[in-house]
Amino acid sequence: MIREQEIIIKPRAKWYLLDFAELWRFRELLYIFTWRDIKVRYKQTLLGVAWVIFQPLVSTGVFTIFFGRLAKIPSNNLPYELFVFIGLVFWIFFSSTLTSAANSMIENVNIIKKVYFPREILPVSAIITGLVDLAIAFAVVLAITFYFGFRPSPLLLVIGPLSVLIASFAAIGLGSFLASLNVRYRDVRYVLPFLIQTMLFVTPVIYPLATVRDWLRTVLAFNPMTGVIESMRVMITGSGKLDLALLSFSFASSLFLLIFGLIYFRLTERMFADIA
Amino acid sequence: MKPIIQVKSISKRYRIRERLPYYSLRDEIVNTLRNPLKLVKRNNREFIWALKNVSFNAREGEVLGIIGPNGAGKSTLLKILSRITPPTKGEIRLRGRVASLLEVGTGVHPELTGRENIYLSGAILGMRRSEIKKKFDEIVDFSGVEKFIDTPVKHYSSGMQVRLGFSVAAHLEADILLVDEVLAVGDTEFQKKCLGKMDFARREGRTILFVSHNLLSVEKLCKKTILIDRGGIKAFSDTREVLAKYLDSKSIVNSRIVFPPSKGPGNAVVRLLKCSTKSVSGNLKTEFNLNEKIVLEMEILVFDSNVKITPSFHIKNNAGEYIFVSTDLTSEKGEDKKHKKGVYKKRCTIPENLLAPGTYLVGPSVTTISPKKIHFFQPDLILFKITERLTSEEQSSRGNYMGEFPGYIRPVLPWESNFVKSK
Repeated sequence: MIREQEIIIKPRAKWYLLDFAELWRFRELLYIFTWRDIKVRYKQTLLGVAWVIFQPLVSTGVFTIFFGRLAKIPSNNLPYELFVFIGLVFWIFFSSTLTSAANSMIENVNIIKKVYFPREILPVSAIITGLVDLAIAFAVVLAITFYFGFRPSPLLLVIGPLSVLIASFAAIGLGSFLASLNVRYRDVRYVLPFLIQTMLFVTPVIYPLATVRDWLRTVLAFNPMTGVIESMRVMITGSGKLDLALLSFSFASSLFLLIFGLIYFRLTERMFADIA
Repeated sequence: MKPIIQVKSISKRYRIRERLPYYSLRDEIVNTLRNPLKLVKRNNREFIWALKNVSFNAREGEVLGIIGPNGAGKSTLLKILSRITPPTKGEIRLRGRVASLLEVGTGVHPELTGRENIYLSGAILGMRRSEIKKKFDEIVDFSGVEKFIDTPVKHYSSGMQVRLGFSVAAHLEADILLVDEVLAVGDTEFQKKCLGKMDFARREGRTILFVSHNLLSVEKLCKKTILIDRGGIKAFSDTREVLAKYLDSKSIVNSRIVFPPSKGPGNAVVRLLKCSTKSVSGNLKTEFNLNEKIVLEMEILVFDSNVKITPSFHIKNNAGEYIFVSTDLTSEKGEDKKHKKGVYKKRCTIPENLLAPGTYLVGPSVTTISPKKIHFFQPDLILFKITERLTSEEQSSRGNYMGEFPGYIRPVLPWESNFVKSK
């Protein structure tokens, strides 16, 4: 029992991004929300853990037939299957965590209205849940890479975690922003799938960044997932050249999204229980 | 020593929602484009103060009851204390670990087993994993669901779910407990268990704030009570005094209430307009003689002619104990009935010589029985009194006896006396 703890309740939200002390105090809740989401998903879905691999595999099949074989989209001298599969695994990590972070508030509205805890826990736990899936999918990525005769670059050990961090920052930032909008505006939920679909096409998942025009490449660089997917392809297959400038740019833009999303979330968070 | 709970002039303002029960991003964008000045004009929206300038302190180990009519601000106060919603003004200091119980079974997930849910629910309520582990057996034991502990909760009966939820909550270790009406659920047996647990917490020296409609349990548990009405503290002293004030003060419970047509309790199906007690001849009346019929009347406005509805009255005595519930049985089999749009008067007559003398609280309600939906329920909305001023010619069950005459009801029953045989 913590006796010395004194809680002061005041009208105004304080101006910091994240209350780390408070998050640390509630670390077990973060863990338990993640645990709940993983547990429930594997209980509800027939495929369970296989779903994590199945989804990118099926999409890879479809994209390979239509974009690789029929449209003959170039793939940086990689087999198109491998090219698109690596892209999809990271894209699915980003899009699914973004979706669950954005829906995390309204899906837990009953808890929000009845119990206090730092609300950031919910979008963050959605991202951690996604990381577990990513770890499983990543093992399959490596297996397929080896099958096609490619070897990862040793730099993967550094660039890999960095890329995952960039994708997570972007998902937490954008996800928190959307989660907050979602509480207030009920139609956000329906716009979200459309938004994500559009984002798939402005991310070099099914095509290499090298094929687009220069000016468009600059625009696409603002999308943090561009740097993540491009670099991960190079690192995992060990072929091609790492574009460090692009990766730094992605890091900067994901950091911007993170800060913007968390500030917006913080400013609106205290009203969630009233308007949800 | 500093008080463990210190509430300093807390106020809470809500914005009244004018148009819709929710906003849509599309509308907001369209409206802003159409009328960019609207963003500036935003400030003149209508507000209501749910709480105004509320201050009080609680010392360690005190058990405070919070009572008051519906919509007085009790729940808002508890929500602010629980940090679920921020105050608009003021400051609160809580010196110790706080646990709030605003609902039984918050966060329980139907797909997970009882065991898993104990960990989940415990964590949501703020328990540490090690704490839950230590008390796990105790929790399971208290809930009485040991047999089904590894079954998904979706297969539990609603009673079992409530018991599991409460058992977790009952084992929270906190210095300050904020409790809202959670005892209103579950069967009587379990309610007793819960009250016992709260009593135990009290004796252990925990500070408890207990919001309840059940005046009886407030009286049992709390030494001091706060009476809240219309967002402010109307009384804060000894529980007995406050309860007496609450029940007697006609400003809080009237013998008649009239709502403005659009503001009455209810929803898109039906709204309450008026509620009153009347004599048989139709005049408003608050005090009745033991041998008089009492007419309970509610006036409702029906908007939706497709929804089947049933009105009912809930009667409690001045200790807050339920005396009876009566629903409209005028339709065949007492089923829900569709109503044409319009205003209805629903009347229920309590026969003479039924209730014992005393003060009674009337709660009007309109519900749909199947599928179950409560359109409105206003417990303790109005009151009436039954007095005993009988002339010698009139009959009551006490006959000519003048001493204390206990009991909840005072019926005049037929008696027979037969001579069997002489000795």
